[in-house]
Amino acid sequence: MSILDRTARAFFLWELLQGLAITFRYMFKQKVTLNYPFEKGPLSPRFRGEHALRRYPDGEERCIACKLCEAICPAQAITIEVQACDDGARRTSRYDIDMTKCIYCGFCQEACPVDAIVEGPNFEYATETREELMYDKSKLLANGERWETELAARISLDAPYR
Amino acid sequence: MAEFWDGYLWPTIWTVIKIVAIVVPVLLSVAYLTLAERKVIGSMHMRRGPNVVGPFGLLQPMADGLKLFLKEIIIPSGASRGVFIIAPMMTLTLALIAWAVIPFSKDLVLSDLNVGILYLFAVSGLGVYGILMAGWASNSKYAFLGSLRCAAQMVSYEVSMGFIIITVLLCVGSLNLNDIIEAQRGMWFIFPLFPMGVMFFISTVAETNRHPFDLPEAEAELVGGYNVEYGGMAFALFFLGEYANMIMMAGLTSVLFLGGWLAPFGMDFIPGPIWLILKICFLLFIFIWLRAAYPRYRYDQLMRLGWKVFLPLSLVGVVVTAGVLVAFDLAPVIQ
Repeated sequence: MSILDRTARAFFLWELLQGLAITFRYMFKQKVTLNYPFEKGPLSPRFRGEHALRRYPDGEERCIACKLCEAICPAQAITIEVQACDDGARRTSRYDIDMTKCIYCGFCQEACPVDAIVEGPNFEYATETREELMYDKSKLLANGERWETELAARISLDAPYR
Repeated sequence: MAEFWDGYLWPTIWTVIKIVAIVVPVLLSVAYLTLAERKVIGSMHMRRGPNVVGPFGLLQPMADGLKLFLKEIIIPSGASRGVFIIAPMMTLTLALIAWAVIPFSKDLVLSDLNVGILYLFAVSGLGVYGILMAGWASNSKYAFLGSLRCAAQMVSYEVSMGFIIITVLLCVGSLNLNDIIEAQRGMWFIFPLFPMGVMFFISTVAETNRHPFDLPEAEAELVGGYNVEYGGMAFALFFLGEYANMIMMAGLTSVLFLGGWLAPFGMDFIPGPIWLILKICFLLFIFIWLRAAYPRYRYDQLMRLGWKVFLPLSLVGVVVTAGVLVAFDLAPVIQ
């Protein structure tokens, strides 16, 4: 009897029709995707996006040119040059990140003793040319200024777990 | 002069106008079929589908077309240039010329050929050449394998399609598409010939290389199959050809089994062309639905289905139909 049953099911395409019925039911279900450019998903405070160089509230650069980030960078995307300043502070004269090399591992921000280099929440910085992705110090500082409120909030949110 | 005008020039111009009146809507519906496919499959996956270009994404086909049109056509250095260029043109042309004999209503048909069904069958058989030429001229192993698969698949399924068409012709007694539709005035052939209708539809899915039989362009193993070397407008022509073929095959199925432009339940107040379009849309929805529901067949399963299931069943169908027609004296009388 079971053979007859199975043959009948195969002959009348029973399983195939069941599959079609399921897809048809799903057609009327609520959509689960986001309407992306107009609607965005939540980001963790640990999300590692575009880099930024931060300043202290008085405008002083945080970076002390210790080169720990350059040393730890597994992709060797960071290049730093140091220059002695007249006021005796250590500052970088050059701080470049090749964003095409960066693998967004977050080691640079982990290594930084002064929270100067951070990876921010921004991931929408596609450019039309490759050259625009070779970030220099001024671009990174500008990023820091642009995102500072959010960067500070993210760091304080994540502080209890560090 | 008047004789020349009446005898040659005006009929030519009039035919060209009629051709444009058929081809332009077909190409437009091809464009919107791609959008409908993305929308419907998106819904079935609980996604949104394209909705940014224009209201509800209605201008998306135009944006896609513009993008493909502006792209460079790259001809591989190993390809044979002439054939490489001709292949996509041939695919699209063959998909379009089949529309010449599809009747939109009793009088609305470009060419009322009395061997219309034979013409359609021949044109759809020629369709394999475009793909075969593309695979051959590309001089690439993936394209070549894809086109070989395509040739084998289309030949196998055309055999059973031929037998199914014969059963319909047995019931009609004419090769003219309008006669076939007129013969269905009492009852659409999908009801008396139900298994044959379903088999015919599945064969058309295989014939147009659509899911779940899209092995010629299986992107997982053949990285795109026969059109792997094509880009820009040449690729777009293949794409248009595939979708125009889908619409054509849906049209053929509705003419053979769903009564073409005949109105169901005596709803004659809606004109025939609209009924034909509605039936074609329904079948196209099933084409898309199948794509959302089923995984791709394995190649030997495809061949087994074609030769070991469809061929014997359609042969049995021919014998049974002929037997019933003779036994109950239902066979149509041919003048």
